[in-house]
Amino acid sequence: MWIEYAIASFFASAAFGIIYQAPRNTLIKCGLVGMVGWMIYAFLVWKEVDSVPATLTASFVIALVSQTLARRSRTPMIIFSVPGIIPLVPGSLAYDAMRNFVLNDYSAAISIAAKAFMISGAIAFGLVFSEVLNQIMKKMRQTKAQVR
Amino acid sequence: MERTEDLIELCLFMGKIMQQNGAETYRVEDTMTRIAQSFGRYESQSYVTPTGIMFTISPGAHAKLVRVSARETNLEKVNLANDVSRKIASGDMSIHVAYKELRKIQTSPTDYTMLMQIISATLASGFFTIMFQGSWYDFLPACVAGGLGFIALINFTRLFEIKFVAEFVASLLIGFTAFSLFSLGIGKEVDKIVVGSIMPLVPGLLITNAVRDLMAGHLISGLAKGAEAFLTAFAIGAGIAVMFSLF
Repeated sequence: MWIEYAIASFFASAAFGIIYQAPRNTLIKCGLVGMVGWMIYAFLVWKEVDSVPATLTASFVIALVSQTLARRSRTPMIIFSVPGIIPLVPGSLAYDAMRNFVLNDYSAAISIAAKAFMISGAIAFGLVFSEVLNQIMKKMRQTKAQVR
Repeated sequence: MERTEDLIELCLFMGKIMQQNGAETYRVEDTMTRIAQSFGRYESQSYVTPTGIMFTISPGAHAKLVRVSARETNLEKVNLANDVSRKIASGDMSIHVAYKELRKIQTSPTDYTMLMQIISATLASGFFTIMFQGSWYDFLPACVAGGLGFIALINFTRLFEIKFVAEFVASLLIGFTAFSLFSLGIGKEVDKIVVGSIMPLVPGLLITNAVRDLMAGHLISGLAKGAEAFLTAFAIGAGIAVMFSLF
């Protein structure tokens, strides 16, 4: 099951890299970022962690990895993080919610939609949190340099 | 005087390219102010929304506006525009050269052929089915439905002016393909097939970006992106639901 997950998430992320026109030489890295994120998420869910904190952790790690890769290759971070978070994105929940809305099952639809909103919030929070961390580190490095 | 006008044009053009191709709102604003700064203009102001960009070079100067009417995700172009802004900031590029470079970026053809994009959407659909705990029996029908849906989306987006109609029709086709294959006995769980094959259409990135913009204080951008995501999700859900009630 884990090998299946690894293969599927690698190719799904790299394929999204192609759909989103990521530069050719970054495709493999895009796939790897997506794979790392999905494996963390799947592992935490398998350990019976709720899907919201699992998503938060995974997207935090994705953002950290993307930042490192971006700094090394001097490209914007979103080239790696966008294809990387695609597996985490609650597309299937959003679809499920909409299907329930259209089938007049409003109470189920609302609760699924709330879940989808929480998960997209968790992804965004993970990304923002690692960005803030990065900025703090950068500022600390600058002040250190000034003191010297 | 002419130089100032050119600088304003350059900043706006840069902002437009970045915004059209899916860069984050704060990055667009940041890049525009940085370009102005590298030419000695420290008091520029920019206001970026998903549908238009306003920019003024100094207090009291007139503000200029560009309209952004269509948005897509093209990371290659964001990357190239970023390179240009980096070169401007380090002083290696003049306004005119940078402008020419940006024009080249805007008109450059996409790096991947349509066929490659369709193949990747096809494979992505199949692999998403596996990731959502579908079995390998569902892999092939998901690929077929997802690939057809993506082809339909590309062609109908050209045909219809309104994006959501194209998305609705594409998801109708996906639903039809998935349910017919399923009733022919191909595939085990029709839900997993459908969920996997709609993934190339789903506005997941838009939802996440919307929440992120809201958190960063770009309230208008966040709400606008959220509205766009909601309409897309509604179009897809409605398309599938129609097929759901037919079969």
